[in-house]
Amino acid sequence: MALGAFFSRLKQGLARSTEKLASGITAVFTRRKLDDAALEELEDLLIAADLGTAVARSIIASFRRTRFGKEVTDDEIKQALAHEIATILAPVARPLVIERALKPHVVLVVGVNGTGKTTTIGKLAQSYGEQGLRAMLVAGDTFRAAAVEQLQVWGQRTGAPVIAGQAEGDAAGLAFDGLARAKAEGMDLLLVDTAGRLHNKAALMEELRKIIRVLRKQDPTAPHSVLLVLDATTGQNAVQQVRVFKEMVDVTGLVVTKLDGSARGGIVVALAEEFAIPVHAVGVGEQAGDLRPFDPAEFARGLMGI
Amino acid sequence: MFEGLTGKLSGVFDKLRQRGALNETDVTEALREVRLALLDADVALDVVRDFIAKVRERAVGQEVLASVSPGQQVVKIVHDVLIEALGGAGAVPVNLAAAAPVPILMVGLQGSGKTTTAGKLGMRLAKRDRKKVLLASLDTQRPAAQLQLQQLAERAGVTSLPIIMGQTPLQIAERAMDTARREVFDVVILDTAGRLSIDMALMSEVAAIRRATSPAETLLVIDAMTGQDAVNTAKAFNDAVGVTGIVMTRMDGDARGGAALSMRAITGAPIKLVGTGEKLDALEEFHPERVAGRILGMGDVVGLVERAAETIDEAEAEKLARKMAKGTFDLDDYASQLRQISKMGSISSILGMLPGAEKIKAQIGDKNLDTKVLKRQAAIISSMTPKERKLPDIIKASRKKRIAAGSGTTVQEINKLLKQFEDMSTMMKRMNKLGQKGLMRQGLSALMPQGRRPF
Ligand SMILES: Nc1nc2c(ncn2[C@@H]2O[C@H](COP(=O)(O)OP(=O)(O)OP(=O)(O)O)[C@@H](O)[C@H]2O)c(=O)[nH]1
Ligand SMILES: Nc1nc2c(ncn2[C@@H]2O[C@H](COP(=O)(O)OP(=O)(O)OP(=O)(O)O)[C@@H](O)[C@H]2O)c(=O)[nH]1
Ligand SMILES: [Mg+2]
Ligand SMILES: [Mg+2]
Repeated sequence: MALGAFFSRLKQGLARSTEKLASGITAVFTRRKLDDAALEELEDLLIAADLGTAVARSIIASFRRTRFGKEVTDDEIKQALAHEIATILAPVARPLVIERALKPHVVLVVGVNGTGKTTTIGKLAQSYGEQGLRAMLVAGDTFRAAAVEQLQVWGQRTGAPVIAGQAEGDAAGLAFDGLARAKAEGMDLLLVDTAGRLHNKAALMEELRKIIRVLRKQDPTAPHSVLLVLDATTGQNAVQQVRVFKEMVDVTGLVVTKLDGSARGGIVVALAEEFAIPVHAVGVGEQAGDLRPFDPAEFARGLMGI
Repeated sequence: MFEGLTGKLSGVFDKLRQRGALNETDVTEALREVRLALLDADVALDVVRDFIAKVRERAVGQEVLASVSPGQQVVKIVHDVLIEALGGAGAVPVNLAAAAPVPILMVGLQGSGKTTTAGKLGMRLAKRDRKKVLLASLDTQRPAAQLQLQQLAERAGVTSLPIIMGQTPLQIAERAMDTARREVFDVVILDTAGRLSIDMALMSEVAAIRRATSPAETLLVIDAMTGQDAVNTAKAFNDAVGVTGIVMTRMDGDARGGAALSMRAITGAPIKLVGTGEKLDALEEFHPERVAGRILGMGDVVGLVERAAETIDEAEAEKLARKMAKGTFDLDDYASQLRQISKMGSISSILGMLPGAEKIKAQIGDKNLDTKVLKRQAAIISSMTPKERKLPDIIKASRKKRIAAGSGTTVQEINKLLKQFEDMSTMMKRMNKLGQKGLMRQGLSALMPQGRRPF
């Protein structure tokens, strides 16, 4: 997809998703004095976008310091808020850079169930393929029904070879084989899919650690990236998800999916504040081309509907 | 951010207790905390507003019973109103009261758990209700979606509609109903592709499917981790297809599940089922009481016990139980129990499930301390001689100093550990009569901080 079309697509998605938030702000702040009641309503609007009570409160507190009692217009307040949020997000907006020298750069993709891991792998294979990198996929979800076949379809769509084993087989062993194959074939990138797992299931988290241990037998520096795929509709539990996955498998970056829907993904702001963990990309649809870099200014403006 | 109501309210309640009366000001102050707790549990803002108004109405002016504190009374009211809002006591069964074949339509956002739930429900209706069930996937969008349902049907031991590529969802739905009539199925479960609430084209597609099949149940499947967007999803699906029941998936996670309240408030439809795992038998009835406590951060003790049972290494547990029965439980066994606990996962998420633990969590403050404590205790024990581990009574001042030096800890920490071990052994002796199951549970909870003992 051309870059322009890409942009407008994301913008559409974000704009839609925040129309309500924006109209709420408009209603509240058109030529109005920024007093306690106004600030409280503004705080509510941020909460309704999933920023969480604590983050909403702190953003509003800094607004209070600089703007209390001022007459503000609707547009001013939106711009200022977007700016505030973009400032929080700017340090975490970092693309996933593939080290070409590694051959392969191993990317382990993890997350709770149904967030979009497998789809994101398809999108990554597509986007790095377009940059001339050769990607291989490992169907490490040996648990869920038809997970292997799902990834195989993505392999066909993107022209990336897929390493698959037996159903209910050992994901770690498969990842090991995948790495050997990728090395032998001079691949630039090895994308390892894993079964969705809830962070509070210790045995399943231990399985992920095992994949890492086994990969390291072959390449002590692998995996070079551990991507946590996060669903934008997720509420406050995302904080706990990131905390535990980070603790257990050293997550190096996030991909936020389903931002083409009505969910605003405001929890990303809370995550940036608490963990300062990079956000590499956002998912804006179900097709191979629907992945794009995380742009904090655009995200924040989208959040404010401007 | 994850502090629960219990912890947050204690300050307010202390004040209330001193004053001893439920007036407007007290209630307002308490409700501010209730509001935050609900928002942190992901209940949608508008729903929180209505809820708070309802509680206020009921609370202000209410006479305080002599036997309870005003604070306790507020909690009780909040809890009661919450259970009512979640649908009141008792589960609402899936409606099958229609002419066979009875269609059940599964709808929801992408990845919410529709296909898995269709498989679970199929198995449940076949096994428990002895129904002849046909599963049909109308998902022509997601790669291998139809195959996924087919494989689930095989695992569940029910029939699935043969896959014919190139048919539209509506055509598949009609073929499913025809097949079911011809082959005399009792129930047809129609799984649909995930769709966004703002995707008008796909929303009208599912509306057309509904019109064509007139399902007895249109089940909206939603992830328990959903945030504020639950409102949009509930509205959009309810407007398009008229939701008759809600299924909350991933209740086996540690999300507080406030979306349940939002969903119920917006659609008016009962929450009928909850998904509690990835396996096909992980489908349960919805219990408002359990979820109410969870939303309020008052702990889900049942969930904790179940999780403990799931994670504990059974062989190990039996070995421990035998030792306890013989009265030979020693520090080696204690260390082994520490390992069992670490296996249950992050202590902070376990803490969240315990009533009253929120306050302790706040006290601990340092997020890493909890797991550290376990590791330090294990280090202490490994610095002891085998004899000391068998007979902890012999550990006096000089031994304590040596162990502290060896494990890089302090004598106080060793005292604390010995005290904890002693408490535990005492209790175990008492628990002996209860048998192995009771023993293991109590053994575990003895290690959990209980108010007076924040690790
Ligand atoms: N609208 C939209 N849908 C998405 C996006 N990313 C993934 N999806 C959809 O979300 C659903 C789940 O995606 P998967 O890639 O299967 O998710 P997963 O994390 O691999 O799931 P498990 O392996 O079952 O844990 C599918 O229907 C995808 O098409 C996105 O950015 N936007
Ligand atoms: N832990 C847990 N996982 C669940 C539960 N229900 C479903 N899942 C998992 O969630 C993921 C997505 O489930 P699906 O049934 O594919 O979701 P879906 O709604 O059909 O997804 P789409 O068709 O892509 O929209 C899978 O990994 C399931 O195993 C549950 O109750 N608990
Ligand atoms: Mg997957
Ligand atoms: Mg599905």
